[in-house]
Amino acid sequence: MIQYIYDGSFGGFLCCVFECFERREFDVQLITEKVFAPDFFALSKTIVSDKAKAKRVLDGLTKSLDASRAKDFFRVFLSEDPIAIQNALGLIIQIFQKKENILENYGEEKALYFSQTLKKVGRERHRMKAFIRFEKSSNGMFFAVIAPDFNVLPLIIDFFTKRYTDQTWLIYDEKRHYGILYDKTGISEIEISELDANAIIPSNEVVVLDLEEQKYQQLWKSYFKSTNIEARKNMKLHLRHVPKRYWRYLTEKK
Amino acid sequence: MERIEEKLKILADAAKYDVSCSSSGSKRKNNGSIGDASFSGICHSYTEDGRCVSLLKILLTNHCIYDCAFCVSRKSNDVRRAAFTVQEVVDLTMNFYRRNYIEGLFLSSGIFKNADYTMERLLRIVKKLRTEERYNGYIHLKTIPGASGELIQDAGLYVDRMSINLEIPTEEGLKMVAPEKDHASVRKPLAFVQNQISNFKSESKLIKHKPLFVPAGQSTQMVVGATPESDLEILKVADDFYQNYKLKRVYYSGYIPISSDNNLLPAIGTRPPLIRENRLYQADWLMRFYDFKVDEIVHESKHQLDLEIDPKLAWALRHPELFPIDINTANFRTIIRIPGIGRQSAMKIIKARQFGRLHEYQLRKMGIAYNRAQYFITCADSIINIGHTSMDWVRAQILQQSKASQKYLPQQQLSLFV
Repeated sequence: MIQYIYDGSFGGFLCCVFECFERREFDVQLITEKVFAPDFFALSKTIVSDKAKAKRVLDGLTKSLDASRAKDFFRVFLSEDPIAIQNALGLIIQIFQKKENILENYGEEKALYFSQTLKKVGRERHRMKAFIRFEKSSNGMFFAVIAPDFNVLPLIIDFFTKRYTDQTWLIYDEKRHYGILYDKTGISEIEISELDANAIIPSNEVVVLDLEEQKYQQLWKSYFKSTNIEARKNMKLHLRHVPKRYWRYLTEKK
Repeated sequence: MERIEEKLKILADAAKYDVSCSSSGSKRKNNGSIGDASFSGICHSYTEDGRCVSLLKILLTNHCIYDCAFCVSRKSNDVRRAAFTVQEVVDLTMNFYRRNYIEGLFLSSGIFKNADYTMERLLRIVKKLRTEERYNGYIHLKTIPGASGELIQDAGLYVDRMSINLEIPTEEGLKMVAPEKDHASVRKPLAFVQNQISNFKSESKLIKHKPLFVPAGQSTQMVVGATPESDLEILKVADDFYQNYKLKRVYYSGYIPISSDNNLLPAIGTRPPLIRENRLYQADWLMRFYDFKVDEIVHESKHQLDLEIDPKLAWALRHPELFPIDINTANFRTIIRIPGIGRQSAMKIIKARQFGRLHEYQLRKMGIAYNRAQYFITCADSIINIGHTSMDWVRAQILQQSKASQKYLPQQQLSLFV
């Protein structure tokens, strides 16, 4: 067993796969720089991210599976779950060696874990499409703060770009300290230091809201209340659909 | 409180008994401005009663010339009345949509003056949204029964889904509580729109840039428990509408008593028949996605769905001769009929068994409800049973395991088990 230490990016992960085949080392444990603590007795090697190598692995995956199935590895990677990522490495090795779609072997532990992780990430992605609430600032920008369980922001960019083509918007992941800004022509990734991040969170009242913002928030809250049917109240079901951890980001639950 | 907030309260409150909530099925795309209908639909929030909120669901007005006993907005009811202006509805929709509160608009209305006058106003709203605001999000419009064909035709070019409520499942039932209404006035426009949808579809093969016409199809709704129809009657009506008008959905709405001045209807305080409603949705699901026929779902001798167990389990218990089914050889159509196994798990089973015969521990992990399915399947390491398992025993076993669901049953039925 050898430890590969990589930068924690998806590209870095793919480079680890590349390294496995190059050095014929298939019993590898993946560790990110952040959590790596040198162990005197363990063998370890630092893997440097290299775009060209990562691309070769991704192209290979696309050829062995298909484009969408290959992207599933990216989706699973975004779960940030070390077990899922370690499993994914094992699966890629098997796919390249055996040339068959073992991802559908749901009777086998790794493939099952892969598909379950995929489902979890998919659910979080869907929730972020639904639960993001924009607030309009005085300069006309619509901004939203989120803290998803998994790093799904990259998976929802396309959705919001298609939806809001004629307005400037910013979605900021306060757990991972980065955001996506769309300026009506294209998107860019922005990193905000913790200090600045506080500034865009409206509760701190640093951002000046659009004059009508409070009115529409109030209207939405009162709509939400009026549309409820008291005779059918079912809080257990309600909580299953809208777990409490999302409440602080939802206008109607604030 | 601002007047607009008061209107919104009144007109959302009056619209909430319309249970249709779907925002799926449209293929409308953004053309560079705002809005894009998500094919799978999105629920943006959930009310405390657990229903999803995907659309801004409002009435244009709750003034109404009709006096249907089951309806909150009926003429004789003493409620506060309000009406939105065209611009107010447009502003609310756009501002809610831009903040990602909603997937779109669900617009219905009480009938003021006459059908065409009301329909014409609804049409102005959807037209304004599409042409002036350049909005491409979802719009569900309630057609006003009795409105002229031209208005309905015109509206179909701007909306994603249309619907008209059947209200009460049978004509006789409807006549009891709403003498001014009939099923014909629902069937006629549904048939008209269905006809147009298929016309547009066949033309679109010839014309390259086809206009969209009600791309997400039509739906309807029936109130359950207000009048004495049986589940068999209700499901037969639904089946008829699925077959003849190609409806996307039929919704079932458990009646919530809203008035005490009509002794034909359940009195105020009567709990809405939530379990029954749930069983009807399960049955509807079986018809649409599991290839079940109505007479397989409801037993001819009983006419009512079993409230204690779901309709698929009830069907399986009536057919011991078909079980157990071998997971490792049966086809998809057979596997989805096993209690505790849904379409997704069935698909997983079919894929996974290509890699080798499946064992019990694998099935348990794959997400099927094994505790329920175990009585109906065999797999690679099943112990062979000699003789038949009694289905009465199976039923008792399953009921015992699912005690949690028991507490939702009406009291008098619970007493049978204690």
